Amino acid sequence: MTQPSPTVKVRFDQVTYSYGAAPALQNITLDVYANTITVFFGPAGSGKTTALRLINRLNDLAEGARLSGRLLLDGQDIYARNADVSALRRRVGMVFALPLPLPGTIRENVTYGPRLAGLRDHARLAELTERSLIQAALWNEVKDRLDDPATALSGGQQQRLCIARSLALEPEVLLLDEPTSGLDPISTARVEESLFQLKSHYTIIIVPHSIQQAARVADWAAFFLKGEMIECQEGTALFTTPHDQRTEDYITGRFG
Amino acid sequence: MEFAKAPGLTKRWGEFAIETIIRVLGLSSIGFVVMIFLFLLREGLPTFWEIPLNNLLGTRWYPTFDYFGAVPLVLGSVLVTLLAIVIALPLGLATAVFVREIAPPWAREILKPVIEVLAGIPSVVLGFFGMTLVAPLVREVLGAPTGLTAFTGALLLAYMALPTMISVAEDALDTVPKSYRDAGLSMGATQWQTIWRVVVPAARSGVVTAVMLGMGRAIGETMAVMMVTGNAARLPLSLDSLFRPVRTMTATIAAEMGEVAQGSTHYHALFGLGIILFALTFVINLAAAATIFKKRRRGGLR
Repeated sequence: MTQPSPTVKVRFDQVTYSYGAAPALQNITLDVYANTITVFFGPAGSGKTTALRLINRLNDLAEGARLSGRLLLDGQDIYARNADVSALRRRVGMVFALPLPLPGTIRENVTYGPRLAGLRDHARLAELTERSLIQAALWNEVKDRLDDPATALSGGQQQRLCIARSLALEPEVLLLDEPTSGLDPISTARVEESLFQLKSHYTIIIVPHSIQQAARVADWAAFFLKGEMIECQEGTALFTTPHDQRTEDYITGRFG
Repeated sequence: MEFAKAPGLTKRWGEFAIETIIRVLGLSSIGFVVMIFLFLLREGLPTFWEIPLNNLLGTRWYPTFDYFGAVPLVLGSVLVTLLAIVIALPLGLATAVFVREIAPPWAREILKPVIEVLAGIPSVVLGFFGMTLVAPLVREVLGAPTGLTAFTGALLLAYMALPTMISVAEDALDTVPKSYRDAGLSMGATQWQTIWRVVVPAARSGVVTAVMLGMGRAIGETMAVMMVTGNAARLPLSLDSLFRPVRTMTATIAAEMGEVAQGSTHYHALFGLGIILFALTFVINLAAAATIFKKRRRGGLR
């Protein structure tokens, strides 16, 4: 079991979110603890990705989206009227399903966020580059060719580069949306490996691309179905003795 | 059995006929280009041995007195075109970004067709508009002796190049996947930073194409330019020549071709100008292709 009183990093407080007619998320209440890996899983269209994207306000772009309830980061309302969205997104990094190197070199990719934020100091940028790439388990493979185009890397390397790019901003929370869906098993293992190392510094929320992966990485797991959160408990417990029949049906493969 | 065979046979013949027609049509368009090029060379190349080189490179174009100095005309075309692009690029890019990235959907629905209609305005109409409205404005605002200047021509050309530039640039922005925007935003970039530092650089090759197409439209444009640039074949070397009359190659050809004796030196000289124009356009396109290729290999992001 985990520490006696874990810190709540992200809290969903009766969050209902909709764009168009039907709510995409319904009355979600959920705590994500600091320095853990929390898994949001469920079938397609269950709202897990939506929930993830709400945390760094990427869904602000959607037309006619409505949100009720509160979403808290360190007890502060993310959607408060005076909240600084850019600052939030620097605290909450995101890695997407498809590796998406920006046009440019490996180094330019990693230092992209810090440079956007106004960091110009070369020594500091170099240090960030090295540390982020080490944390993402990519440093040894690219340290001699930081000025090569990022697109020259393999898919797995590109995805770890994207993780490094998020880490370079020194976020507190790292969101990963099916980060290994396009990767082979070996690259997947590398990415998962780096996640285990990262959780001592970061709070990680991941939408896994399979139930197996969910079970492998989860400290905590939340099961989503049709926009509702069915249950949330510690990973080992949820995957061995789920409380809810629907969770059990899903993880034993009765539907999916 | 015969019945079963027949359709297959017909289909093969039909297929063959269609393929042949498509192939002939495709090749003929190449053939036309080659033929036009050969014609241009046949009519224009004699210039280069009929007229001594120092006359051709001279600064005076008075065909009646056998002065065929093409330099003022070439520089006139280049000046007006470059100036037009300098004016059109920021406007066109900003408009494309606005239409694609910032405008709400309903505004986009209105803007796109309106921009396309702009492209359809005949250049004579624009030239008339330029003569009666823009030229007097330029004269009064800048205090120039005449409103028929290189700058006036560039303004009109910029306007004419804009619709093409906007459409092509906007298409280029459209091909940038949404995930690039998400990636930019999720690194804490503002919408503005995401547009200028992620989306536009990612669409860079399309933007270069847009500029080149605009340039191609501008350098080949004749009517509007002829109506508003004053058509004085002087050497545009000093800075204030922006606000003096110039004459372009296209305007020269259009103005003089009608009254020239076929086969004369003057006639050949006009085709010679055509060759120079063709070569310039070719170099522009080549340069564009080269930059796109080089940048793509380097993959650099500014």
